[in-house]
Amino acid sequence: MSNKMKMATKNMTFHYGAFKALDDITLEFRENQVTALIGPSGCGKSTFLRSLNRMNDIIPAARVEGQVLLDGEDVYGPNVDVVEIRKRVGMVFQKPNPFPKTIFNDVAYGLRIKGIKNRGELQARVEASLKAAAIWDEVKDRLNESALSLSGGQQQRLCIARALAIEPEVVLMDEPASALDPIATQKIEELIRELKKSYTIIIVTHNMQQAARISNITAFFYMGRLIEVDKTETIFTKPSLKQTEDYITGRFG
Amino acid sequence: MDFRQKRKLVEAIAFFIIRSSAVIICLALAIMLGFLFVKGYRAINWTFLTQPPMDAMTRGGIFPAIVGTFYLTLGAILVAFPLGVASAIYLNEYAIEGRMVRTIRLGINNLAGVPSVVFGLFGLGLFVVFLGFGSSILSGSLTLGFLILPVIIGASEEALKAVPQTYREASLALGGTKWQTIYRVVLPAALPGILTGSILGIGRAAGETAPIMFTAAAFYTSKLPSSIFDEVMALPYHIYVLATAGTHIEETRHLQYGTALVLIALVLGVNLVAIIMRTRMRRKQTY
Ligand SMILES: Nc1ncnc2c1ncn2[C@@H]1O[C@H](COP(=O)(O)OP(=O)(O)OP(=O)(O)O)[C@@H](O)[C@H]1O
Ligand SMILES: [Mg+2]
Repeated sequence: MSNKMKMATKNMTFHYGAFKALDDITLEFRENQVTALIGPSGCGKSTFLRSLNRMNDIIPAARVEGQVLLDGEDVYGPNVDVVEIRKRVGMVFQKPNPFPKTIFNDVAYGLRIKGIKNRGELQARVEASLKAAAIWDEVKDRLNESALSLSGGQQQRLCIARALAIEPEVVLMDEPASALDPIATQKIEELIRELKKSYTIIIVTHNMQQAARISNITAFFYMGRLIEVDKTETIFTKPSLKQTEDYITGRFG
Repeated sequence: MDFRQKRKLVEAIAFFIIRSSAVIICLALAIMLGFLFVKGYRAINWTFLTQPPMDAMTRGGIFPAIVGTFYLTLGAILVAFPLGVASAIYLNEYAIEGRMVRTIRLGINNLAGVPSVVFGLFGLGLFVVFLGFGSSILSGSLTLGFLILPVIIGASEEALKAVPQTYREASLALGGTKWQTIYRVVLPAALPGILTGSILGIGRAAGETAPIMFTAAAFYTSKLPSSIFDEVMALPYHIYVLATAGTHIEETRHLQYGTALVLIALVLGVNLVAIIMRTRMRRKQTY
């Protein structure tokens, strides 16, 4: 656990109106590590993930207390530009959500809104991102076709490429493989292991084997609270709480 | 009759009624078009389409009215489209649901229910007299523009609502600002729908008589407009004039039907263009 701390939440509490969805979460994320968030449906994993890059800002009644730190700086601080935060903390959603644009324009989107216009640079970076997301070989001859013409697994890797294109520092993934078949899932998992070398990765998953396979740290959430967090092997071999053990062995949830 | 038979019968009856309604609507349209065509096609020839009226409007053509209706409709769209789309963007993307937005919506809905002659009087009072634009293309376009504004706003809001929230989230998560998201993702995705809805507005603007009667339409002028401050003839008003105000109402029946036929053809033509544009945009979907 010697890696540098990249992100952290300190006593973070989250409300949807009067409903407390997250209660006093303190958690750290280190560089070049994969942290898996597990827990039963509705326990607040997505809410937690989305508050890291302030995607919950678009929900009118949402309210955050406590701190979310990125390189030691509060993401919700008064002088922080939310757009900058989202460029540094990228996100891949549960359902693949490509734009109805061409494959090229889809990946180039984030670059263009950053103001990059040079065709050569766009091409180079789109290609590099598609390669990093392990989908280049499948799409290199059809970059001008609609992104919607890709299969679900390809779309999800395209969305990962799109997120990587803007060179974020942290990548948040909300069940990125839940809609995919085993082969596409395996590809995404290999990809995540590869991406770990350059990024800080936080991933939500319902698949215990997946969490065990790809993550370094696992955090178990239950009813809006962080129950236990530890090295993944520890969580899956000798968790310190019975609640955690029951969940990962499928005895409740 | 057992339960299953009964269910099948109900199903069959419901289907029959629903299908009949659809057929009746199409029939009504076909009959109306057929009627216009039979009554009016003899009037239509090259002279009719390219010449001004002659001999106290008992002979000659309707060219100035075609030109006038074209300008008025175009003007109405230039007024209503940007304003309507902008309002819809505000209501759907920016405004936070609350009393103010509810009041604005109520206002828009009521605007849609205001009789067109009231718009005419409003235009007369505001544009023609108060702002001093006179009876002109400008006054008429503004009046028609306000008339079709609710249609454009409604259509645009529907289209914006139909854009999946996931598109917005994807753009924001990539560091897009709200405006970048709207301009580069939401609007392109909504445009086909906005256009379809706006077609209805175009048809309405081209066909209205009352709003232009006091604000733009000339009884007779052979001169084509040279600026937006000129009066123009317009097809619907021309029909109205021929059918009610002349001394040759009976003799000019075929001209009235001919003019109506041209008006209908014009509106359907514009609709067709918009439909083709939309289909092509939908097919591409790769902006
Ligand atoms: N926009 C919202 N408004 C109000 N309540 C919400 C909203 N989104 C989520 N919630 C509530 O917050 C709680 C946590 O939801 P969240 O989506 O974070 O759960 P999750 O752990 O991601 O579940 P899942 O595994 O099913 O995706 C749930 O009780 C949910 O009903
Ligand atoms: Mg979730």
